[in-house]
Amino acid sequence: MAFISSGYNPDKPMENRITDIGPRKFDEFYPPVIKKNKGKWLYHEILEPGVLVHVSETGDEVYTVRVGGARLMSVSHIREICEIADTHCDGHLRFTTRNNIEFMVDSREKLEPLKQDLASRKFNGGSFKFPIGGTGAGVTNIIHTQGWIHCHTPATDASGPVKATMDVLFDDFQNMRLPAQLRVSLACCLNMCGAVHCSDIAILGYHRKPPMLDHEYLDKMCEIPLAIAACPTAAIKPAKFELPDGTKINSVAVNEPRCMFCGNCYTMCPAMPLADDVGDGIVIMAGGKVSNRITAPKFSKVVVAFLPNNAPRWPETTDCIKKIVEAYAEGARKYERVGEWAERIGWERFFEKCELDFTHHLIDDFRDPAYYTWRQTTQFKF
Amino acid sequence: MAKHETPLLDQLESGPWPSFVSDLKQEAESRAKNEKGIEYQIPVDVCEDLLGVLELSFKHGRTHWKHGGIVGVFGYGGGVIGRYCDQPQMFPGVAHFHTMRVNQPAGKFYTTEYLRNICDLWDLRGSGITNMHGSTGDIILLGTTTPQLEEIFFELTHTYNQDLGGSGSNLRTPSDCVGQARCEWACYDTQAICHDLTVEYQDELHRPAFPYKFKFKFDGCPNCCVASIARADISFVGTWRDDIKIDQEAVAAYVGGELPSNGGSHAGRDWGPFDIQKEVIDLCPTECMWLEDGKLMIDNRECTRCMHCINVMPRALRIGDDRGCSMLVGAKAPILDGAQMGSLLVPFIKVEEPYDEIKEVIESIWDYWMEEGKNRERLGELMKRQGFQKLLEMTNIKAVPQHVQEPRHNPYIFWKEDEVEGGFQRDVNEFRKHHQR
Ligand code: HEM
Ligand code: HEM
Ligand code: SF4
Ligand code: SF4
Ligand code: SF4
Ligand code: SF4
Repeated sequence: MAFISSGYNPDKPMENRITDIGPRKFDEFYPPVIKKNKGKWLYHEILEPGVLVHVSETGDEVYTVRVGGARLMSVSHIREICEIADTHCDGHLRFTTRNNIEFMVDSREKLEPLKQDLASRKFNGGSFKFPIGGTGAGVTNIIHTQGWIHCHTPATDASGPVKATMDVLFDDFQNMRLPAQLRVSLACCLNMCGAVHCSDIAILGYHRKPPMLDHEYLDKMCEIPLAIAACPTAAIKPAKFELPDGTKINSVAVNEPRCMFCGNCYTMCPAMPLADDVGDGIVIMAGGKVSNRITAPKFSKVVVAFLPNNAPRWPETTDCIKKIVEAYAEGARKYERVGEWAERIGWERFFEKCELDFTHHLIDDFRDPAYYTWRQTTQFKF
Repeated sequence: MAKHETPLLDQLESGPWPSFVSDLKQEAESRAKNEKGIEYQIPVDVCEDLLGVLELSFKHGRTHWKHGGIVGVFGYGGGVIGRYCDQPQMFPGVAHFHTMRVNQPAGKFYTTEYLRNICDLWDLRGSGITNMHGSTGDIILLGTTTPQLEEIFFELTHTYNQDLGGSGSNLRTPSDCVGQARCEWACYDTQAICHDLTVEYQDELHRPAFPYKFKFKFDGCPNCCVASIARADISFVGTWRDDIKIDQEAVAAYVGGELPSNGGSHAGRDWGPFDIQKEVIDLCPTECMWLEDGKLMIDNRECTRCMHCINVMPRALRIGDDRGCSMLVGAKAPILDGAQMGSLLVPFIKVEEPYDEIKEVIESIWDYWMEEGKNRERLGELMKRQGFQKLLEMTNIKAVPQHVQEPRHNPYIFWKEDEVEGGFQRDVNEFRKHHQR
């Protein structure tokens, strides 16, 4: 494997350097029918799950086939996507915010062959490569973070629980029987790179044990002041210890009751690992939304404080999600989102309908906003 | 033969949903075969080792990655996330596994030519594994070694006219909804402004000078498909201030059951015949709609543009013509002081090139935040610490009732000296002339 130079000269990094050019301009990539009708669209219709038509005031139509997929994607898979787009869509495609792929054609005749092609492709293991769906009052793809495939602080995996959950919710990816759209998100630690705090159902990785302290190495591996400063709850303070052999060392001590298990210390200081096979697991949150439709956007609420990391298929997590989805499908009115439904029937009823236990962990005690979540009325349901 | 046994991961190959495990295996195989005779610049078995280390995490219930320290390309403070494996002897192919964020085009439309180029580059110089896309919006090239970083950057910029995205305490890669490109509800061109601001603020994007990360997101309407209101320090949400356009014939067609409600989104269940009273008028949050002689009427002054009626009857109701956006600021995930939703700062602003007015607001917010924000304090937290008034003052925006859900609950107003007639300096002796001690 010989090193192939791109032309970059490490001795003169500034030579010939191009910087700050930004992304490619979006309109280089528009399919012709999009370029021509941009801003002129009149209305759309979902013809069947995963298939949309948008009609322009020019009379043009664009048919979109939306397919799900893992956002973790190999170049072989992307090349296959390109091959499909070349065959059917004149070499254009787009991705959605929620990691779906959209193939667009400009006439109804081109739709069937495209759909058939997409639906026929499977991985060797048997799963679909390009399942069509993810529109309307159903479940669409899960937006998620890295997990065990790339991050250093996750309390759960991302791709694994997502695959397991989407397998369980697959019918609702390809059907539109729910009262409204249902958005599922996953973040593998409380940093929530994926911003799951406003999802109908959120899967959140959470550590439950404070960091371990590798005293002997801590001062060598870390800048102690940085580790102390990293802690959002000021739980870390400097401390001196004596090793069994009598050497005195500088290290830190953690005020354990103050620790919120965020892992920020570990980011700054690798001698403070906190991952744990039984300590780590999943929090389920529900009832959030971002759309302004009918009611204001809402935060998700914690409805299950902890579920174990039971790889490879996280059955406790998928069962819990399935129960919430089924109770919602049965109880909510047309157009009602999970959170709107829960508020209408009352959260006490939500726990009953979803067969979830309420525990003291679910009462907010974190800083000011906590107070506003306690019940300050005599109105409640038995 | 696979390099590592992966009995746990193998169980994720079954089931209907696309299996990332099958995909990783396909890439591992393709690299092993190397039919195109590529001179892979990072270990050939990188995908095998990725599967191996992931299997070990599945077994241990713990990640096997370490924080990557500071790696990057010369002159940029972001765009590369360093990553090292904590079992490099077992999995040498992923001993270094750094990620590069490539700034996606606005709207995430692509030509296959572009994507193939990225694939070729990543085949040669990286793991061949990507995220399409990361949750901020970038194309994520997942896993390469330190010596490849500059090479990739050089090729991206020289051959593909393409830059990296943001990471660290700087402007993160902005992202947008599909908008006017294919959505009838877009109140402004999300792609145009997303691209313009990304290009304008390249320095802020590549060279961390902020207290913490900062995000722009662009939603064409209040449906908020990119969730800007929940996760952007400044969210741009399209809106209008004139009247919803009504096509009464189409209204009648919905009432008559000729057109499917909500664009056909509820077709999976029999919800009974469409009932405009129950499904639209009664659900309008402001109760500003009614029927008069079979015609749908809207008191537009009372409408809060929630999009419900328009979503239900896309062929009958259309967004108004006097369009622009609302700017909300300070949204963030819970860490640390709890989650924050965006708070309305600019109720309405026109979104027209060259976006000078908008840039003025952005820059005044940045000036304030860079001056007052503590290290790792998001804008939303600074706003909480110093109050919304302070933000209004710094952005020179006049307070209006639209800024609040309801007025304050306490009278503890911190009057400023210049707001009170005569100021605070008084003569106590003058007072005493009329009030004995
Ligand atoms: C520095 C703060 C306060 C001052 C200077 C103050 C002064 C007064 C004065 C001058 C009166 C009228 C007495 C009269 O009838 O001549 C009064 C009445 C009263 N104050 Fe205050 N007050 C203060 C704070 C409060 C607070 C914090 C509360 C309760 C939370 C309170 C509750 C009352 C009540 C219940 C009355 C009786 C009203 C009535 O006549 O029914 N005050 N206060
Ligand atoms: C049974 C009634 C109350 C008790 C037992 C009580 C007790 C106290 C105590 C122990 C302090 C701390 C004093 C210190 O700094 O050493 C204090 C301070 C204070 N209290 Fe109260 N309080 C009562 C009612 C109130 C009420 C009704 C008000 C408001 C009108 C009030 C206003 C204040 C203020 C302004 C301070 C000074 C805080 C500071 O600047 O440090 N208190 N109180
Ligand atoms: S959510 Fe946490 S664990 Fe997951 S990618 Fe982000 S920082 Fe890493
Ligand atoms: S995990 Fe977070 S809260 Fe706990 S000690 Fe580390 S930095 Fe502090
Ligand atoms: S946010 Fe509004 S304009 Fe943008 S894609 Fe969604 S519905 Fe359309
Ligand atoms: S947009 Fe919302 S508030 Fe306005 S008329 Fe329609 S339903 Fe009512």
